[in-house]
Amino acid sequence: MLEIKNLVVQIEDKRILNGLNLTVNKGEVAAIMGPNGSGKSTLSYVIAGKEDYEVLDGEILLNGENVLEMEPDQRAAAGVFLAFQYPLEIPGVASMTFLKATLNAQRKARGEAELTTPDFIKRVNAAATQLEIPKDMLKRALNVGFSGGEKKRMEILQMALLQPSFCILDETDSGLDIDALRIVSEGVNALRSQDRAFLVITHYQRLLNHIVPDTVHVMSSGRIVKTGGKELALELEANGYADYRETEAA
Amino acid sequence: MPAVQETIDQVRLIDVDQYKYGFETEVEMEKSPRGLSEDVIRFISAKKGEPEWMLQWRLDAYKRWLTMKEPNWARVSYDKIDYNDIYYYAAPKKNPAPKSLDEVDPEILKTYEKLGIPLREQEILAGVEPQRRVAVDAVFDSVSVATTFKEELAKAGVIFMPISEAIREYPDLVKQYLGSVVPVTDNFFATLNSAVFTDGSFVYIPPGVRCPMELSTYFRINEKNTGQFERTLIIADKGSYVSYLEGCTAPKRDENQLHAAVVELVALDDAEIKYSTVQNWYPGDAEGRGGIYNFVTKRGDCRGKNSVITWTQVETGSAITWKYPSCILRGDGSRGEFYSIAVSNGMQQVDSGTKMIHLGKNTTSRIISKGIAAGRSENTYRGLVSAHRKATGARNFTNCDSLLIGNQCGAHTVPYIESKNATAVFEHEATTSKISEDQMFYCQQRGLSAEEATALIVNGFVKDVLQHLPMEFAVEAQKLISISLEGSVG
Repeated sequence: MLEIKNLVVQIEDKRILNGLNLTVNKGEVAAIMGPNGSGKSTLSYVIAGKEDYEVLDGEILLNGENVLEMEPDQRAAAGVFLAFQYPLEIPGVASMTFLKATLNAQRKARGEAELTTPDFIKRVNAAATQLEIPKDMLKRALNVGFSGGEKKRMEILQMALLQPSFCILDETDSGLDIDALRIVSEGVNALRSQDRAFLVITHYQRLLNHIVPDTVHVMSSGRIVKTGGKELALELEANGYADYRETEAA
Repeated sequence: MPAVQETIDQVRLIDVDQYKYGFETEVEMEKSPRGLSEDVIRFISAKKGEPEWMLQWRLDAYKRWLTMKEPNWARVSYDKIDYNDIYYYAAPKKNPAPKSLDEVDPEILKTYEKLGIPLREQEILAGVEPQRRVAVDAVFDSVSVATTFKEELAKAGVIFMPISEAIREYPDLVKQYLGSVVPVTDNFFATLNSAVFTDGSFVYIPPGVRCPMELSTYFRINEKNTGQFERTLIIADKGSYVSYLEGCTAPKRDENQLHAAVVELVALDDAEIKYSTVQNWYPGDAEGRGGIYNFVTKRGDCRGKNSVITWTQVETGSAITWKYPSCILRGDGSRGEFYSIAVSNGMQQVDSGTKMIHLGKNTTSRIISKGIAAGRSENTYRGLVSAHRKATGARNFTNCDSLLIGNQCGAHTVPYIESKNATAVFEHEATTSKISEDQMFYCQQRGLSAEEATALIVNGFVKDVLQHLPMEFAVEAQKLISISLEGSVG
């Protein structure tokens, strides 16, 4: 599904990714763990197409297509979804309005018909109920005055509606209490399927107790330095990232 | 940064091509001699078949105007206007005063069709969907060419007609109210208008009547080198209600054209007037060539107790806008409201705002202004809130927000607050923000194109104002704002 080859990226002359290689298969949930500053968030932004980053080398293939040549909205229509660590506020735009605009924009880009309003509302309500999002929250301006937990649930609601094929969760567990973590994780687990892949970026093992990964990659200094099964996360939890920092130095 | 460069390039490309209403209609016109003189004023007055008192009023205004200086305090700059190089009157040669639509020049009818303005009542009535009906007065250069639903409105006692007709048919009403809100001597442009005004609408709502439909005037400048001097007078008698809207467009031309209008509103006891404007005059091209100078005096007088006047404006056009729709809150307990969206792009200059003059007791006012600047435009909010010493309990709330798109435009807020009364409570809030790259990326990541994202964010920004427009116009205005900002983002 996603294949990243020798990706080299810099921002303002500072090298962040140094020849990163990564493959995520269809139906797979891959976790990326690593210390602060190892380039995890950069990786998610570069896949989604944020423009501040300069790609010096390498390619990112989504189902065989090079996404680096696409605008962010084209990547979204092709199935890339990024759940932001810090979701942005859009004052004056009701969440419902935003959801409808984005869903229809993606459908239009894929040559599909726009959803009728009743059909749309049915889908939103179903997803909102599962994520324990009250209806009045959907009427409020997107993310304005939302708590950390509400913002993250809204991200997952968008994911559930847009039905992307490749989902990136960037530190989705940050700022969540235990209940919110459970709700968000259940929302994500409900979306796991044979046709969809996830890249879960996190510092902590705790999220991976809820969203159990198939593979765990360790990232350090802009590269994947180790790959293993879910037990690798437990090992990291016990020993910290110290070993990997040494690896780099050597 | 490449993104910024791209924005600059795109802004450079902004051209009049996006202005949908820039076409010209081929109609043979009769014009006054070029320039301004007593003879020209006599010519206009004679064309309108005016009584002597009206001519005298105009001539007095002209004499006064000759002694006045053009104001220069606004934050706008333009080459000196040669007032003797303008035609002050232009009317279709064929039948300048048609009695029914059948007599209107088909070319002019086609013009309004192209502009999407319904002039045929039966077509409006025949619509499959029971849409809300709007009565239209269509002003083409210096004359009104059609007014719809006149008879139906007359049944309710509502007078809705071109002002030139009202001067002949209802001289007493006109005499009583014309110039009573904006005096002949008010300011340079208002005085000029008083001397040479050609057409506009006259509305009178009798006591206790709720006007059965929306009233609207559609102004079109077509002839080149011609100024448009509209004069509108709306009177809402005791306990009445009216909602009125105006729209404006003009062809694309390299030279600037002057539009100097005066609008006067009078609300008597317990009456309410809602006045909405969607202003889309030709804004000029990317280099600032051409476009309309929109120098307009609009003022409402809440003359009676508990009267209400609301101004709602969506300003997207004109090369230069100089306009401050105001309320004089004379009646005790009266209320004035001003809701404004002013969008500037390319090389446009906007200096607009309002005045809320609190004279009566317990008067309230509310100002919500949203300025959006893109391209190399300059967008200024200028507003005055004042309380007379007798205006005990006066209250005002002002909120001015500016949104910048790109980094070559400017937004300015110039509030004046004068309170001569210790019991007055005036609040003022102002913010200036930019659409952040992070917001744009977030929206694009969800599938919106850069332009869709800008439109969505901007619509969120102006939401508080849009909701005060009549429904059909709100949708129209939303589209208009998106079009005006096309090409403003990379």
